[in-house]
Amino acid sequence: MSIAAGLRSDNYINHETTVRSWLVTTDHKRIAILYLCSITAFFFIGGAAAALMRYNLLSPRGALVSPEMYNRLFTMHGIVMVWFFLVPAAPAVLGNFVLPLMLGARDLAFPRINLLSWYLFIAGGAIAMFAVTYGGLDTGWTFYTPLSTNFSKGFVEVAALGIILSGYASIATGLNFIVTIHRLRAPGLTWYRMPIFVWSMYATSVLNVLATPVLTMALILIAMERIFHIGVFDPALGGDPVLFQHLFWFYSHPAVYIMILPGFGIVSEIIPCFARRPLFGYKFVAWSSIAIAVIGFFVWAHHMFVAGVSVYSALVFSLLSYVIAVPSAIKVFNWLGTMHKGYIRYNTPMLYALGFVGLFTIGGLSGLFTAALGADVYLHDTYFVVAHFHFIMVGGMVTAFFAGLHFWWPKMTGRLYPESWGRVAALLLFGGFILTFLPQFVLGYLGMPRRYPIYDPGFQVLNVLSSAGATILAGGYLLPMGYLLWSLVYGQPAGDNPWDATGLEWRTQSPPRVQNFSVTPRVTETAYNYPPPEQQEPMA
Amino acid sequence: MSAATRHREDLPGPETEFQYPSEREQHDTSMTGMWLFLATETLFFGGLFLIWLYYRYLFPAGFALATEHTEFAIGTVNSALLITSSVTYACGVAAIRVGDRKLLFRLAVATIALGVVFMLLKGVEWYLDIDAGMVPGPGFALRGPGSQGAALFWIFYYLATLLHAIHLLIGLGLVTWIALRARNGTVTRESHASVEIVGLYWSFVDMVWLVLYPMIYLAGRAG
Repeated sequence: MSIAAGLRSDNYINHETTVRSWLVTTDHKRIAILYLCSITAFFFIGGAAAALMRYNLLSPRGALVSPEMYNRLFTMHGIVMVWFFLVPAAPAVLGNFVLPLMLGARDLAFPRINLLSWYLFIAGGAIAMFAVTYGGLDTGWTFYTPLSTNFSKGFVEVAALGIILSGYASIATGLNFIVTIHRLRAPGLTWYRMPIFVWSMYATSVLNVLATPVLTMALILIAMERIFHIGVFDPALGGDPVLFQHLFWFYSHPAVYIMILPGFGIVSEIIPCFARRPLFGYKFVAWSSIAIAVIGFFVWAHHMFVAGVSVYSALVFSLLSYVIAVPSAIKVFNWLGTMHKGYIRYNTPMLYALGFVGLFTIGGLSGLFTAALGADVYLHDTYFVVAHFHFIMVGGMVTAFFAGLHFWWPKMTGRLYPESWGRVAALLLFGGFILTFLPQFVLGYLGMPRRYPIYDPGFQVLNVLSSAGATILAGGYLLPMGYLLWSLVYGQPAGDNPWDATGLEWRTQSPPRVQNFSVTPRVTETAYNYPPPEQQEPMA
Repeated sequence: MSAATRHREDLPGPETEFQYPSEREQHDTSMTGMWLFLATETLFFGGLFLIWLYYRYLFPAGFALATEHTEFAIGTVNSALLITSSVTYACGVAAIRVGDRKLLFRLAVATIALGVVFMLLKGVEWYLDIDAGMVPGPGFALRGPGSQGAALFWIFYYLATLLHAIHLLIGLGLVTWIALRARNGTVTRESHASVEIVGLYWSFVDMVWLVLYPMIYLAGRAG
């Protein structure tokens, strides 16, 4: 047990060591590691595209690439980051690793389907990468018709196939999670004793299972329209191009919650642990995830206020978009309530989590601007929207992903990362992010449209600031890549529970053994039962 | 069900995987998984049906014109075949519940036969449709004011029947697997989750057809 004794001899990493044993594994922990390696590669590909775009925008006339190339860059950035990083990142990596552990289960319900999910993801990723690099794709990640069907010369059908396959990977993971949560909880682990991460994975999975197939159908129709020149979305042949937008956002707006809900779950694990306090308002936090998943299906047309939807339907969608802000706000207030009078330790995961709360709140509040019908007419397709969703997706979700990765890294690898470097990276990420995206709110407010490689010279100062911030942000992402890899060899052995956290995942060894638990644990208490280190109430 | 049987199901059986405490848990979990898979399938076909109905609403005359040129007789016979195949398979499930593997095998073979006849008739129908010029594009046989809507109808027709046929082929593969398992004795009265799960899938493919049948052959014909 002592740290000096080193790592446990038999665990999921060294139980078998051949390459084949990794490629045919059905162990949820190994599949999580396979996914981690894959999405890291995609993250840096998508990041490289973003870096080239930011470099180009240093000059009002475009410093680097042709307009056609710029179109391809932002399409590649969007497709890779949305479908091959953000959607799978938290569920397929962190969820795959810790969900069965949190439930006290020995694996997911369907381990072979879990492996199939990774292969579908890899096949889809390879096909999509072929499409965006070899053929070039300039439709944006949204594939709007008629641009994607009648005018784009890129490999739209090929990219659609890749996205459909990765969609089935998400469906497989989501289906597995829902069934596992229903059927494989340890004795005594009632719904209200489950960690919030499990609730948020449940909500995410419902969205994955029910929204993704609609995108599949929409992409099949686009591919058919291009191959057979039929007119489902072509007005000249009787079709309705706005109908595509409805179908696309019926998936892609819930997909926003697929991306952010896991972040809520991660932060809900970390804040109680590092504030040494039970989560404030557990049931509200749990049910607000479900509320977001349900309402998330009924807000999609707020992406289409200027696309010619009727004013009555726009009013309803605007109202519902305000409504969905309520459960999100409930979570933020409950995290703050948890920290109130807590004994806060500023470890790396907590720094990331605090960064998440701040950045997500800014992103969420700016969403209220774009949900307002009048303001949206002005803000639509400007950098204000770019800043808004990057605050949610990058400032929110990517930060939360790093929080979770650092939080569970000792469990996943059995090693501690260097704490001081971790804190530096967390602060770099926060500072770099703010510098990159805060100027973009101003740019959007001043009227700079998105998706253009050139801009009015008056916008240059803010664009240069944003590009400078992106450089710092890149450092904030590369640094963990370095020290996390370093820790695999040189990190201190972590012990079973380095954070002194509750939750079943900390009750097994680090790294966990092959079937997780030698004896199935029995749960007798609520989640986040953190006893105060001393007398909790301060002296009056 | 005797007390002894119930007792056996609460223990791990020969096919129970390590993550389940008992055979029964594994069985019930597999059923939950299949129901959830059918939910995602419902949204998949639901997307298509929604667009189909939307365009029917936009182009009532064109859709009515196209419906008149569908092969009503083949479609009706095919509906009867598919419903009958669900009956034969459901009887097979009932048979294995009382442990009659031989009867399950025969009923699975009957299900396969009905499914194959459906596919053959569907092939003939596609041939007749294409032969009659029901292919949107330059050689489209339907002209006049409703032709635009009619073209959209035929696009949906080919896409939906093709997707349904792919699902049916997968179902035929699964039922063949069940027939083989029935013959070599891998399914028993106590352990037959695979039979029930394939049954859910097969019935779903049938249900999709029951939505397609009125949308292809009936709506617009009666008026």
